[in-house]
Amino acid sequence: MAREAIGPHLSTAPLAPPDPTRPGPLAGLRVIELAGEYAAFCGRFLADFGAEVILVEPPGGAPQRWYEPFVDDVVDPERSLWFWHYHANKFGVQLDLDSAEGRERFRELVASADIVVESEAPGRLAALGVDDADLRATQPGLIWAAVTAFGRTNSRAHEPATDLTVLANAGPVWSCGYDDHTIPPVRGGGNQAYHTASVHAAIGILVAALHRDVTGRGQFIDVSVHAASNVTTEFASYGWLVAQETVQRQTCRHASAHPTQVTVACSADGRYQPTGVPPRAAREFRILIDWVDDLGWRDEIPDVTLLELGEERGGVDMSEMFEDDLVAEIFRAGRDVLVAIATRVTAYEFFVQGQRRGMALPVIFAPEEVLEDEHFRARGFPVTLDHADLGRPVTYAGAPFVMDESPWHLRRHAPRLGEHDDLLSGS
Amino acid sequence: MGALSHIRICDFTGQLAGAGATRTLAAFGAQVIKIEDPVTEGRWDILRGMQPFVDERRGGELGGGFQNHNVEKLGITLNLRTERGRELLAEIVRISDVVAENFAAGVLAHLGFPYERLREIRDDVIYVSNCGFGHRGPYSSFKTWGPIVQACCGLTFTSGLPDLPPAGWGYSYMDHHGGNVMALAILTALVHRNRTGAGQWVDMSCTDAGATMLGPVVLDYTVNGRPARRPGAPDSNHSDAPVMAPHNIYAARGDDEWFAIACRHDDDWVALADVLGATADGAWAADPGYATLAGRVARQADLDARLAEWCRPRDKFDLQAQMLAAGVPGVAVQRPGERIEDDPGTTEWGLWPWVEHRAMGRLRVDGLPVHLSETDWHIERAAPLLGQDNDVVYGEILGLGASEIADLRSEGVI
Repeated sequence: MAREAIGPHLSTAPLAPPDPTRPGPLAGLRVIELAGEYAAFCGRFLADFGAEVILVEPPGGAPQRWYEPFVDDVVDPERSLWFWHYHANKFGVQLDLDSAEGRERFRELVASADIVVESEAPGRLAALGVDDADLRATQPGLIWAAVTAFGRTNSRAHEPATDLTVLANAGPVWSCGYDDHTIPPVRGGGNQAYHTASVHAAIGILVAALHRDVTGRGQFIDVSVHAASNVTTEFASYGWLVAQETVQRQTCRHASAHPTQVTVACSADGRYQPTGVPPRAAREFRILIDWVDDLGWRDEIPDVTLLELGEERGGVDMSEMFEDDLVAEIFRAGRDVLVAIATRVTAYEFFVQGQRRGMALPVIFAPEEVLEDEHFRARGFPVTLDHADLGRPVTYAGAPFVMDESPWHLRRHAPRLGEHDDLLSGS
Repeated sequence: MGALSHIRICDFTGQLAGAGATRTLAAFGAQVIKIEDPVTEGRWDILRGMQPFVDERRGGELGGGFQNHNVEKLGITLNLRTERGRELLAEIVRISDVVAENFAAGVLAHLGFPYERLREIRDDVIYVSNCGFGHRGPYSSFKTWGPIVQACCGLTFTSGLPDLPPAGWGYSYMDHHGGNVMALAILTALVHRNRTGAGQWVDMSCTDAGATMLGPVVLDYTVNGRPARRPGAPDSNHSDAPVMAPHNIYAARGDDEWFAIACRHDDDWVALADVLGATADGAWAADPGYATLAGRVARQADLDARLAEWCRPRDKFDLQAQMLAAGVPGVAVQRPGERIEDDPGTTEWGLWPWVEHRAMGRLRVDGLPVHLSETDWHIERAAPLLGQDNDVVYGEILGLGASEIADLRSEGVI
């Protein structure tokens, strides 16, 4: 794609890679993370931005070392790509919290740290005498975040939970799925319940760190995975809170208390293509008319005349849709024309051509297509890391935001079992 | 005193992807000065006048989403088309730790306040911009809203069932997550400034933030060469990272009622098989073919069909009580009213705090899913009406006199 000027303050040029000599914004903070799936993404965030995160696993390795997928599908605790993904940039030690010796080493490790993040079952650490209350008593600056399914003290605290059951119970699943309600509602992919809890844990930790900068005092942070997903459902929650409305799921668009138009078309290359929001302003009608004309398809797409009417009227006001049949017809024509274009070009062409004309249109990328897309590459989003164990570099997903002054870095792959046991005293 | 009561934020955010970020920081005590355009009556944020509504009234002070996303903020108006308006903004920036915005890329610069200008005003300013594709890169001028971000970052694709279109996310998940990540961007930059004294510009692209959440599926492609776009995939009600079976959502008794079951390991299956085996129509669970994970995965379709048949006549909350008593992760798919009104997981937490809004009255909003033992969040103040805090901000904070403020009003500056 040709590089082009798009205004004085934007740049289409590739970003310079981050300066490896610049420490991340959280450099100097030491974090002890007890391995677990709820908080792994939190530890990864802190590590990516420069904190020294030491992952504590039980002897023989955390259960997540046996999570799929594996390198070349060979089941091996050093080959779990789940583990590689969530624990990159961390150091790793083994500690047996069920032994007095292990607990002593753990206390020493915590004494050297600023932050603990863990997702142990409520009550377990207290029973072992190595909980927040035990360790913060002598270390008042310590920040301790516990990420549990329902929070440490909730009456549901001891219920078992997984990503699926949290998303089902906490709202997201109710809102996701298909127009056909005989098809089950859908859990979105990627273990998002854990991600949502983890970002809130990280927010709590950094708020506490800023408070500690002022007062020297640490604190305990109770994070509920269930509560986190409950307040991540947009209209589903506040539609109920404000108006006692219950949204209904719809195919590939917002769940709504009032059904909305089907928007997905099938592109020329056989992909599902959402067609965005039809034109309403006069300017938007003109953009769409020009698009059809530039493609030379006016004769094939008769609805263009209605778009011209929309432009002549100075746009359409949605509030007139239900009173004025012509307004409804013009609005529908906008959708029909978008669908007509979408079915005649590839999904990517639809996205880029429309966006270059100023229309807010999407393309549905699969994850691998994100990594290969020129925009994400120009921003340095895919990053490679040497893997001596594989004899070749591996490409990972990159930074959630770009900080030139104190950059995100991918410095090390996930620790091999016990790789940094020498960080423990007495070893 | 909140944890962040020493922090002031000059806030141009709107919608949810931006407003959600400063909302969280305000709940922890930051003084957030939300700036809106008096000429358009703040309608750049379309949620100001959008449903849900508490009653039949309509208008820019009555949008339920705007109210939810802007609690605990101070609201002022400022017309940046005027010279005096730009001077006042410079004064606000001078006393602010952070400038936050989620305009389309380049808009704040176009208004006269690119990062370079902000930095002239305050050398250690933290400027966080959040837009769909960031301020740099080939798509930086592209326009987005939540569903577009989700589609372009891979999240829409990975949510769905085989041989069907993507189900996607039935809400702007990336507006929530984008707002949370934007809050993290502000917080990490503040931590860095405390260490070094240096501010900076954070260029956040919401699609980048979304693409960090695809999990190990990315490495499965880059290491194993296995693309997510392949026959039979995605299949997100099943679990392949880690592999679990059974792991699905089944119809329960009633209209559009559903039940989710996840067996994490063989112990869960043994417990579930006991529950099934105690019923006349669940004897099939004793089949030794299901005893191992490999066996259950190999016969997953068959297992799903039998479980679906077993769940169908049963009440979802009865099932939830039975499963949880047996130690199996099995729960009802809850409707909004069920999880908000009757679920101790949210009500005991205090997840739905009340506020008193000047136009909408007393109503509940989203709370936060974290509790801090020393400096917890507080949500007590409703979203500001347009320009509600002009006197506080221009008078008490910037020190202008009442007559000066009156002049600003009459001259259309605020």
